Amino acid sequence: MINTHDILETINMIDNENLDVRTITMGISLLDCIDSDIHKACTKVYDKICSYAENLVKTGEDISREYGIPIVNKRIAVTPIAMLAGACPTTSPVHFAKALDRAAQTVGVNFIGGYSALVHKGFGPGDYGLIESIPEALSETGFVCSSVNIGSTKAGINMDAVKKMGQIVKAAAELTADRDCIGAAKLVVFCNAPEDNPFMAGAFHGAGEPDCVINVGVSGPGVVRAAIAKAAPTDDITAIADIIKKTAFKITRMGQLVAQEASRRLCVPFGIVDLSLAPTPAIGDSVADILEGMGLEQCGAHGTTAALALLNDAVKKGGVMASSHVGGLSGAFIPVSEDQGMIAAAKSGALTLNKLEAMTAVCSVGLDMIVVPGDVTPEIISGIIADEAAIGMVNSKTTAVRLIPAIGRKAGEELNFGGLLGKGPIMDINTKSPAIFVNRGGRIPAPLQSLKN
Amino acid sequence: MKAVVTVICKDMVGILAKISAICADKGANVLEVTQSIMQDMFAMIMMIDISTCNVPFSALTEEFEKVGDQLGLKIHVMHEDVFNSMHRI
Repeated sequence: MINTHDILETINMIDNENLDVRTITMGISLLDCIDSDIHKACTKVYDKICSYAENLVKTGEDISREYGIPIVNKRIAVTPIAMLAGACPTTSPVHFAKALDRAAQTVGVNFIGGYSALVHKGFGPGDYGLIESIPEALSETGFVCSSVNIGSTKAGINMDAVKKMGQIVKAAAELTADRDCIGAAKLVVFCNAPEDNPFMAGAFHGAGEPDCVINVGVSGPGVVRAAIAKAAPTDDITAIADIIKKTAFKITRMGQLVAQEASRRLCVPFGIVDLSLAPTPAIGDSVADILEGMGLEQCGAHGTTAALALLNDAVKKGGVMASSHVGGLSGAFIPVSEDQGMIAAAKSGALTLNKLEAMTAVCSVGLDMIVVPGDVTPEIISGIIADEAAIGMVNSKTTAVRLIPAIGRKAGEELNFGGLLGKGPIMDINTKSPAIFVNRGGRIPAPLQSLKN
Repeated sequence: MKAVVTVICKDMVGILAKISAICADKGANVLEVTQSIMQDMFAMIMMIDISTCNVPFSALTEEFEKVGDQLGLKIHVMHEDVFNSMHRI
């Protein structure tokens, strides 16, 4: 018999602590849509997505209704489009972006990811053209998300790509300056990008994945925050880690249930559950609040990195036993504009870009949803990308950069994206130039850690 | 297959009757009911068997939501699997 306490606890988590399944993401391989005629290829892409994902949104809504669990997003990740674009080098790959956008609209998903290129060791056919087209693609579509992998522990860091991405991030913001620079918010630059990540904007369907797969991203910072709030001030830090583990276990079990059910109903294999704590702009649904709940006056204070390391590790330990396959990014996200506590800490000056960079060494992703002054140079953006990629490369972990240059605005002002992307204060950056370093190009050799065989 | 129905609202006459009438109408057998009144708040947890239901589970949920909206009740209907997954190893 299910006991009353368990029932009330679950309902309280959903009603008051923002417990939800953040996303059901269907990964679809588009490798069989490759065609040297881009228009034929786009038709194949559109048809395949619409046929595979026809029932994705309805199934998500049905599961949500029947199980009483909010499922916030239904999304699609596809094969990196550069792999398709390579077959039709004379035409702009933006046609693919528009086909993806139309397909997303038809099936009713929130986002579609995979306007991507993997260039960690160098540019293959289609890669450079696709990267150059990203600003236009993001400006002319509403649902398409883009990512570029510029480094890995095995390959090192492609500094030519790092240099290019500095320009692309800036251009993506400039082209959408009239819409709060939203283009740059849909573009992630990765090191060690996972092939099965269900979270946007960095989701794509890796080449090693099956034809179609269901990945689920759970959430629940609010639940962890509430659980820690119940701890006594005298509880030691091991007790806090245990509370987080137990809570992460419960959250992940719910994600696993939804993933299995979605997989069964859609007749698509279950891929992974991503154990990430993904904050939302809702009050209380904040990773910063968890860190403050552990005893920091404000997120960004000295001690923040240690608290985040503990949180990230405990979430994994709790979650890993709750799911049969764990993957994706799996850890705590720290997107500034999507987290009320981070926004407050950035506004008050407690949280700086330097501190965030240190935090990314121990958390799941990287410098995420950070708004920087509009006059930032492409070289400085490249410098930030290189630093972040180096952290990922050396620590054998995923790191990412999603910076939004606020065109025409300065530090202290704000950009408002609305919805889950939230709003972000413009943060100060170090304006000393890394131009000569960035312009050298070439490849940072893979670190010693890559030699594991 | 079982589902858990929880109702939280200001106490008034006929809550249990309304909820159980829906169950009866849709063919869901009521297996267990726990209820308590804390000050003037009514809280009830009902376990129902949905395998005998004559409508899909989602339609049953909608029915409960409709009544909830009409009477200002906070009703949750959740499949038992949610609790079994979250609270059992």
